[in-house]
Amino acid sequence: MIDRSQIGLALEPFTVMAEPGRLRFFAQAIGETNPVFVDEAAARAAGHPGLPLPPTFLFSMELDGPAPFAFIDRLGIDPGRMLHGEQSFIYHRPAHAGEALTFTARIADIFDKKGGALTFVVRETKVTDAAGGPVADLTTVLVVRNPGLREVR
Amino acid sequence: MKPLHDLAVGDVLPALDLGPVTRAQLALFAGASGDHNPIHIDIDYARAVGQDDVFAHGMLVMAELGRLVAAAFPIGALKSYSVRFAAITRVHDALTCRAAVASISHVADERRATLDLSVIDQNGEIKLVGTAVVALPSP
Repeated sequence: MIDRSQIGLALEPFTVMAEPGRLRFFAQAIGETNPVFVDEAAARAAGHPGLPLPPTFLFSMELDGPAPFAFIDRLGIDPGRMLHGEQSFIYHRPAHAGEALTFTARIADIFDKKGGALTFVVRETKVTDAAGGPVADLTTVLVVRNPGLREVR
Repeated sequence: MKPLHDLAVGDVLPALDLGPVTRAQLALFAGASGDHNPIHIDIDYARAVGQDDVFAHGMLVMAELGRLVAAAFPIGALKSYSVRFAAITRVHDALTCRAAVASISHVADERRATLDLSVIDQNGEIKLVGTAVVALPSP
């Protein structure tokens, strides 16, 4: 059982930057060939100051922090029983390679479903730029299958 | 596809058919995405935790579905993108990504389309359902 007193837990903020080579690697891995995401000249021609981040890349940047799984340990979650249940992004503006972005996250909620067979952990993250301006808001919902109960999937 | 400013409720975007998921793709995505969870790349680990095999990162499927949206709309038009992972995507599953216009709204002077999104496999099983909101250009 995950301790409900961890609701509201603030995670340590950190600042990371996306490198163009990493964005090309990511594009290759997801089969993205749209030149805007891989060719700086095409990105500039489309009005971007550099390669724009593909829609889900901020999730990867959040994994680039110094201790991306520390909160999972802190909550006592067994990673082998954890699934990604939901993910959302709200975009305030496009973000680009070379920008220093700060990720500030908290555990927004912890609740059970299916008679306690599943525990849902909700992490909310605000992404801001060097001037403190909003870039995006991420919500990650993790689903933990609790032991000793019927497996639902 | 018709011009973006003419999009109306019920319009369907060009579907995106993906080849079968390969182990190499999962390994590449683990490196590129920074998600090194062994459940996606190490069959020994997967078996030790009760799975028959490794399975795809949900975020790989979400990223591939994102290609469909990013092919139809400039990245700056994307206002939100959210999904619920409905079922595990396994190695060799062949996925199809789909999007349709569910509603059109107005925010200040901007017209926005809400897209219903889904990803299904070769058997029609729904892997992921979601929503994206995009700003439409002025006519």
